[in-house]
Amino acid sequence: MNPALTLATARRILTQLRHDRRTVVMLILVPSLLMVLLRFVFNNELMFSRTAPALLGVFPFLIMFLITSITTLRERTTGTLERLMTMPIGRLDLLFGYALAFGSIAVVQVGLAAGISLAWLGLDIVGSVGMLLLIAVLDALLGMALGLFVSAFARTEFQAVQFMPLFVLPQILLCGLFMPRGQMGWLLNWLSNVMPLSYAVEGLTRVTTSSTIDATLLRNLLIVAVCALLALMLGAATLRRRTP
Amino acid sequence: MANSAILTAGLRVRRGGREVVRDVGFEVPRGVITGLLGPSGCGKTTLMRAIVGVQIVEGGTVTVLGHDAGSPQLRRRIGYATQNPAIYADLTITEALRYFAAVLRAPMSDVDRVIAEVGLTDHAGKLVGSLSGGQHNRANLAVALLGKPELLVLDEPTVGLDPVLRDDLWALFRRLADAGATLLVSSHVMDEAARCDRILLMREGVLLADETPGELRARTGATDLEQAFLRLVRAVL
Repeated sequence: MNPALTLATARRILTQLRHDRRTVVMLILVPSLLMVLLRFVFNNELMFSRTAPALLGVFPFLIMFLITSITTLRERTTGTLERLMTMPIGRLDLLFGYALAFGSIAVVQVGLAAGISLAWLGLDIVGSVGMLLLIAVLDALLGMALGLFVSAFARTEFQAVQFMPLFVLPQILLCGLFMPRGQMGWLLNWLSNVMPLSYAVEGLTRVTTSSTIDATLLRNLLIVAVCALLALMLGAATLRRRTP
Repeated sequence: MANSAILTAGLRVRRGGREVVRDVGFEVPRGVITGLLGPSGCGKTTLMRAIVGVQIVEGGTVTVLGHDAGSPQLRRRIGYATQNPAIYADLTITEALRYFAAVLRAPMSDVDRVIAEVGLTDHAGKLVGSLSGGQHNRANLAVALLGKPELLVLDEPTVGLDPVLRDDLWALFRRLADAGATLLVSSHVMDEAARCDRILLMREGVLLADETPGELRARTGATDLEQAFLRLVRAVL
């Protein structure tokens, strides 16, 4: 582990993005625009307040999953990953570089979407705004780590893009957003229990309705963080110095 | 021999169920340019990948600068340029090289030096993705030159370049070798073999020759190396 290399990698990824202005604008604005859209779909502040916090976690999760899986797939297919693997850089230096770069984008993305929702869209939360942001950013990092991991199983960008409906949409369907998790059948309930997004959404919902930071909330936070770290470690295992 | 830059013995590599490197053994002395020649698909790239330590090998040994190929100690001492440019297309040449220099812990002054060495100073601020084929190739080569590595493994570095640029690059390779670096340069163009101190000739995964261009010409009785290669291949068949 070498922090200088992690920083250099994060700076490199952000510089790559800076040359792609359209992507940057979309990354930062799309979640906010979706929140505005959602507000007018509900046309009711109370209903918006009930759903919005969960979506503040879900949107960055989805977007980060998508862009990380494409970025890392590109790194694999263009040969830059192989080149780096011949150089004195650890796999974790590279992965934490990714986490730092995309994590900082997630902070801006979530901060803006939450700020707009709180200031203008009538989002009302009982708990702390800081906690809401923390969970949402963790969620983005989880999406990033999962995207990194599954990109190892895609050979083309077509495949990578389709991992989104495969890995992300079931989590969104089962996270309790559409139907309380307790009301699902045993199989779906079990599936929902092993999907990390469920805990993030539960945490976000709790922050909306209660100001106490209790053991359940902390447990949820921990689960999301551990899953993100686990996915990152699995991602590291897919980066090989030697290939066939 | 401790003095050799690369030493392989009984090297075998299997890719996609086929043996693409078959019992290859040779020695590359330090401080010279060795050409790795042979038709496309003969196993040159696989052999180079085994030397830089990114290829899973089936059997045999590869010793590079006194260490097993792929050892962590070697990662700052070898410069490797792949045939397909492996450099970030969405960065400028300078930005991409700065990143690789940071990873190699090479001084940042190296960035301008290697850009000048490959003749891209006027294009340093351009996005890699917007470069022409030949420029892209040279930017890729520049990465391998960062940190003044002792061993340069260059896979088809001159492919697609015009004669003037090709000549410039060979002059650069010669300067690097004169300064003490060891170069292993692959090519499928036989006329480049004449510019090397030694040649390794491969065909279908087998090493056909390991000698100086002069020795190869004398052994086959051919005046040019293209003919020498053809005679060797036909003698084997």
